[in-house]
Amino acid sequence: MPTWLWIVVVLVALLLLGGIWIYNRLVRLRARVNNGWSQIDVQLRRRYDLIPNLVTTVQGYATHERELFEHVTEARSQAIDANAVPDQAQAENQITRGIRQLFAVAENYPDLKANQNFLALQEELTGTESKIAFARQFYNDQVMLLNTLIGSFPSNVVAKAFGFGPREFFDIEDPVRAPSQVQFPR
Amino acid sequence: MYEQIASNKRKTVLLIFGAIVLLGAVGYALGLWAGSGIYGLVGAVALAIVLSLGAFFGGDRLVLASTRAREVTPQEQARLHNIVEGLSIAAGIPKPRVYVIPEQAPNAFATGRNPEHASVAVTEGLLATMNRVELEGVIGHELSHVVDRDILVGTLVATLVGAVVLISEFFLRSWWWGGFRGRRGGDRSGGGIEAIIFAIGLVLLVLAPIIGQIIRLAVSRQREFLADAQGALLTRYPPGLASALRKIGAASGIPMRSANNATAHLWLNQPSRIQGEGMGPLEKLFSTHPPIEERIRRLEEM
Repeated sequence: MPTWLWIVVVLVALLLLGGIWIYNRLVRLRARVNNGWSQIDVQLRRRYDLIPNLVTTVQGYATHERELFEHVTEARSQAIDANAVPDQAQAENQITRGIRQLFAVAENYPDLKANQNFLALQEELTGTESKIAFARQFYNDQVMLLNTLIGSFPSNVVAKAFGFGPREFFDIEDPVRAPSQVQFPR
Repeated sequence: MYEQIASNKRKTVLLIFGAIVLLGAVGYALGLWAGSGIYGLVGAVALAIVLSLGAFFGGDRLVLASTRAREVTPQEQARLHNIVEGLSIAAGIPKPRVYVIPEQAPNAFATGRNPEHASVAVTEGLLATMNRVELEGVIGHELSHVVDRDILVGTLVATLVGAVVLISEFFLRSWWWGGFRGRRGGDRSGGGIEAIIFAIGLVLLVLAPIIGQIIRLAVSRQREFLADAQGALLTRYPPGLASALRKIGAASGIPMRSANNATAHLWLNQPSRIQGEGMGPLEKLFSTHPPIEERIRRLEEM
């Protein structure tokens, strides 16, 4: 075989290998994004299951907070019925705020705060809240990696050829850490 | 940061290879001393393989057993389990098994061979002194060791270094008590090469514990900074771990019964064996962890 043919063969082989590598990376990232999404889903469902329990427990002590109970219960059913990502994020924020209000209300009832059932529920909900935050963090990290790969050259060629599309970020209010105001010195 | 992980992984392979070669050499020297170089070599290779396999598959159980760690259920330790599960989700790994160690000094370690076979162990003292955010910082640090496969290196080194120290101590002791008779008995002339190899083996034996120390230093120090940084990336809150380290530093006078040289590098912070043990210059030379103040400073700069 002449030399130029060898060069062509080697180049084609390198291109193919690179393409395979990028393709595998895309597949892996897509799997991680999907996995991240299902993790969020698992934790959100766990929270839906815990809310009626919490409402019932708090109701036994704080009978005057009917409005708050209804508000939380309604936010929960809205979140379950939501189809689009932004709608769901909106409803989840409502739930987060409602639960925080419920815990704030509980501060006024010493009997409730001493209730073992309530304490266990509080740990479960706090744990679930942070798991939601961590699952969202993982999901958004993976979406960012995937979208960057899909958007940049040469991986965008492979992505286009095999139909990999960018994914949507899951924006939900961070239950633990609110954004801080950054001030730039003049 | 990801390049740092990659370079760490390359270093890891080299270190493991070095440890196994060292172990083989020690075994070979042992064989020579017993009178047969070839049997010694075969024995050394077999020993190295058996020990490596044992360390690979059973090292985590050995380490956990040596600290008397007990696996706990989510019902017993709801907060701890919730934090481990949450941070595992953030790190994108399966949830490791959770253990509690009956020690009053606040400390923790992770062990296993990969994220699918990993365990996280914390002391009772840690659970008693840390709040949620601090505990998250500690667990984030430990899970970073899991993600980076530091646990595999750490557990392998713990088991292999333990074996090297054990073998060399055995050799030196038997040489001390019975060796003179053996050497006099083998007074045949013409063993020049064997004598040289024997001498090298002897030097290796003497050096083995020191080399083991150096290996542990290389494995541990940079890794701790790296795991601190990665843990902070997981929790997105560096002050949590900084505050936990401050509490651990303040409690460094509390001794740990299960602390020993083979596993010291696995812990979140170097455990002390003696009540109120300080850090002399020699201890600094052999310490497996960077000074806790330095780690806190770096976390606060993030």
